[in-house]
Amino acid sequence: MKKKIYWRLILICATVILAVVFFLPNTPAFQYMPEWWQKNMPNKGIVLGLDLQGGLHLVFEVEGDKAVEITTDRYASNLRNLFVKKKLTADVNRDRLNIIVSPSSIEIRKLIEDNYPGLLPVETGNRIVYRISDKEARRIKDSAADQALETIRNRIDQFGVAEPTIVRQGENEVVIQLPGVKDPKRAIDLIGKTAQLEFKLVDDDAKVAAEIPQSIIPGEEEGLLNQFAGKIPEDDEILFEKRVNRETGEVRKIPILLKKQAALTGDLLSEAKVNIDSRFNEPNVSLSFNAAGANLFEEVTGANVKKRLAIILDNVVYSAPVIQEKITGGSAQITGHFSMEEAKDLSIVLRAGALPAPLKMLQNVTVGPSLGRDSIEAGKMAGIIGTIAVVVFMIFYYRFSGVIADFALFLNIILLLGAMASLNATLTLPGIAGVILAIGMAVDSNVLMFERIRDELRAGKTPRAAVDSGYHKAFWTIFDSHVTTLITAAVLFQFGTGPIKGFAVTLSLGVAINLFTALIGTKSVFDIINSKREIKKLSI
Amino acid sequence: MVELIKNPNVNFLGKRYIAFVLSGILSVIGIIAIVLIATGHANLGIDFAGGTSIQLKFEKPVVLHDIRLALERGGLKDFDLQDLPTLNKILIRVKKSEQELGQGSEKITGILSQGFPENKYVVDSTTVIGPKVGGRLRADAAKAVAFAVIGILIYVAFRFQFKFGVGATIATFHDVLAVLGLFYIMGKEINLILVTAILTIAGYSLTDTVVVFDRIRENLKLKQRESIETVMNSSINEVLSRTIITSTTVLLTSIALFFFGGEVLHDFSLAMIIGVIVGTYSSIFVASPIVLLWGGKRPFAKK
Repeated sequence: MKKKIYWRLILICATVILAVVFFLPNTPAFQYMPEWWQKNMPNKGIVLGLDLQGGLHLVFEVEGDKAVEITTDRYASNLRNLFVKKKLTADVNRDRLNIIVSPSSIEIRKLIEDNYPGLLPVETGNRIVYRISDKEARRIKDSAADQALETIRNRIDQFGVAEPTIVRQGENEVVIQLPGVKDPKRAIDLIGKTAQLEFKLVDDDAKVAAEIPQSIIPGEEEGLLNQFAGKIPEDDEILFEKRVNRETGEVRKIPILLKKQAALTGDLLSEAKVNIDSRFNEPNVSLSFNAAGANLFEEVTGANVKKRLAIILDNVVYSAPVIQEKITGGSAQITGHFSMEEAKDLSIVLRAGALPAPLKMLQNVTVGPSLGRDSIEAGKMAGIIGTIAVVVFMIFYYRFSGVIADFALFLNIILLLGAMASLNATLTLPGIAGVILAIGMAVDSNVLMFERIRDELRAGKTPRAAVDSGYHKAFWTIFDSHVTTLITAAVLFQFGTGPIKGFAVTLSLGVAINLFTALIGTKSVFDIINSKREIKKLSI
Repeated sequence: MVELIKNPNVNFLGKRYIAFVLSGILSVIGIIAIVLIATGHANLGIDFAGGTSIQLKFEKPVVLHDIRLALERGGLKDFDLQDLPTLNKILIRVKKSEQELGQGSEKITGILSQGFPENKYVVDSTTVIGPKVGGRLRADAAKAVAFAVIGILIYVAFRFQFKFGVGATIATFHDVLAVLGLFYIMGKEINLILVTAILTIAGYSLTDTVVVFDRIRENLKLKQRESIETVMNSSINEVLSRTIITSTTVLLTSIALFFFGGEVLHDFSLAMIIGVIVGTYSSIFVASPIVLLWGGKRPFAKK
């Protein structure tokens, strides 16, 4: 009998020491520990959730359909080049996800289907309509999501966030968690920017170009586009440049007629850096092309001297300077009305590369650091007051046995915190509520046991016999009631998101630990008391 | 010994018809609330309905009416305002914003920075939930409640008997309905954190019920001669002080959370307080009477 008690006491002490070691990093005492301890012992502890430390939780959808559209466009231009190379006259047009080829001669069909097995004819007649096959489309969407994930990771790495989490969710979603970010808007802009950089020739030679107004005020873009729809050449488009008057701050939009086909794109870049313009003392971004890009740039500028070349990012014209001469060496500059931060972020997205498809924001939960701090303080306060209330109540009602229950309660709290720290569990605000509720619920096992012991005492049993039989009778009730709570905790874990998951973790750990403290902790104390000498009266 | 009630002997089951009426009313309100939630008529939180919510903390006190006027002048439509005057905080919610997500929040902060240049603020939190995510969270919450109820039914049926499982499940579901219904009547927001509270309550109430059932099972084996109703009544009375004490300690912590736990947990702890009371009531007045009502053979009779 006695030996059994010692073993249980050792078990309790060992778990408490372990719990303290694991929880230490979360206390101020950790920084006073010797260096070897800080290095080799558990040093992470409980991690604070985004809702407590502040930060961003973002969910984006990668618009896979757009990626398919972009690929379709690329196929169309490849086909055009192929026909030119094979000296065939054929018309190739793209309409959303369709590539329309006419005429539909057998020769053309064979050429297309031999070279591009991913294209399926969906309609034949005088013309053939091709579409990317479903299988191929799925592959494109899938790789777009992967690529987007990679690009976002690159951008965030360069932006500099401690411990970001960037994962893919489901078919086409990306979940991003950025703890402790001070400027959420900047981070969101950085991630969400497609960063499709294009160089397009300005079509000043078209007749209609002269009719387009010099500038309009913001908001009139749609009207202007409608007005000129159908009037501009088929392979041209109108994009806008935003211009801000340096003195008045007035914003104007400059419509520019451009060739749809990009002369150069951002995937040929090798470097993007922030420079300070000497004239206006304003930052700009300088670009360097890789070898292929430099050659192409030289070719394009050489062939179009005295024409204008527009620099376009995500369908917004940044500038459209006149090509004065052939540009060799492969460098260019994006100027705009940038702040230092904007220029820096722009260089980051250009270096990290364009997203394969635009992103759509599905969810954004941003918590400022002050709210998180307030929540932690409030949680501590509620926890302390709740604990005191329960402790006092138990002593009032059960006297000395209440002290034992309170001992078990503290054991419970220490082990719960230690267990969470050992798992590096994330503590969220609902999680704090879970811990506090667990304090109220933890005494239940002891209450069940004490009430049984009281029953046995009333029935005339000696204290020792009453403790033993009360304990045994309460055991299965305690077990059943804990399992049922675990069921709901498991469900919460399965279906909950972020903060709720944190709650489920604390709840289930609390339940499991409670079984231990009630069945081992409390019982041991009673056994110790009883083992010394047979007590006449039990304070319960 | 400090005792709440000396040798309680209340005829709980005798009052079952009064209890059924009360519970019936609570459940009907709850069902109405669920129907309204499902059809989108209830005060759904941003996480379920989709939309934007921003909480701002101002340096100086603000007048809610001024903010409302400023936002209306700025062209913001269909928004909700709420304030925590002691903390100079306001909460702005725009539901189901069809407009570009994210831009909504920028628009709001823009209007307020312009409208109140002398009163600076910090953004405490921003939540933007697209309709797709809102729908998914709604479905997940519904699934969570359903699976919890099924899990409970299976476990209790396995540990006791099928009709006990039904009694426990109905009692638990009754609590879920009651808390939902009361929150609906109070005009409180139905959101994810409330669902969390409700599931916690379900777990807690079930614990209560299981404790009662445990004693009933034990007594049914012991007291073969007495009627089921008498055994049930005496069992409930025997565990009565435990029921009340545990409810008290959980209530104590819930009340501490309510008053000191901060604004975010306010509704959560309110739900817990209501839930603990309803859960305790249901394990006494709902769970056992249903098993009794079910009738059939005497359970746990010795062969």
